[in-house]
Amino acid sequence: MRTFGNLLVRGLIVGLFAGLLAGTFAYVMGEPHIDAAIAIEEAGGAAHTHGEEPAAQAPAAEEEEPLVSRNGQRFGLFLATSLYGVALGGIFAVGFALLRRRLRTPSDSYAALGLAAAGFVGIVLVPFLKYPPNPPAVGDPETITKRTITYLLTLVIGLLAVWAGVAASRWAQRFGDAPWIRPAGGGLAFVVTIVAAYLILPSINEVPGSFPATLLWQFRFASLGTQAVLWTLLGFGYAALMDRHSKVTKETVAA
Amino acid sequence: MPAPARSVAVPAVSPRLLAVALLTVGLLLVLAYLVAFDQGAISQSGMYMHELMHDGRHLLGVPCH
Ligand SMILES: [Zn+2]
Repeated sequence: MRTFGNLLVRGLIVGLFAGLLAGTFAYVMGEPHIDAAIAIEEAGGAAHTHGEEPAAQAPAAEEEEPLVSRNGQRFGLFLATSLYGVALGGIFAVGFALLRRRLRTPSDSYAALGLAAAGFVGIVLVPFLKYPPNPPAVGDPETITKRTITYLLTLVIGLLAVWAGVAASRWAQRFGDAPWIRPAGGGLAFVVTIVAAYLILPSINEVPGSFPATLLWQFRFASLGTQAVLWTLLGFGYAALMDRHSKVTKETVAA
Repeated sequence: MPAPARSVAVPAVSPRLLAVALLTVGLLLVLAYLVAFDQGAISQSGMYMHELMHDGRHLLGVPCH
């Protein structure tokens, strides 16, 4: 029997590695687009550094020394993805420990992969489709609170939609055992939940018309890719650890 | 494909486990908050940590300024 602590530590370690590698992906695929967005911002003269008072006059603001240099922020990227990976990995492990018995598969590895897929869809994909992320230089600082709340709402709704999908697919079984009944029931519940949420939540579009669409979408796909790397490694890493652990247990038992 | 048949080897969910699990998730959410949203309230570093992890926040899909 695995203890809770044992499951948790595995999650934290896998999360750290997943975060570091997601940071590497983000560095290679994302940093050039962030640099390009900042260059556009500086050329536009709309100086923006958060945390400081809006400078009385823009020309003076452009000379401001940033709190953290661009090189420092490139290093900070790895710190951010690693810490975020540790947090997600730990929460993932807690979810695994609490939900494992309710997942209908005899394999711990499949259970881990299923949970990671559910997490990616709920926490990444659903928010992405409603509020695609923006590079620096896009966005009105005045609306940050509203955008933060709506983002967190999409995240919770995403997880609820996944849960509704799973629950509905199990419930649909009672109407027959044709192979399409479960996916149809689950898919319907999932889609209805997010469509309702998307209609109710406000639309937010703060991208200036002058901002290059190609750059915008290159950044967005780099962001989606970063999170895809994180969740993929989280799922496969945890699945691999489970598998190894199981073998060790078997040998121990056999010995 | 032969599915590996294995008994489920995780602890049963007791009230005590649930309490420990919720506490753990709470602490980890504080860590995630530090990366994603904190503006100095938790890090006690002014805006330094916020700015340091700025690129990561954007690439992790979190709304920022
Ligand atoms: Zn920002």
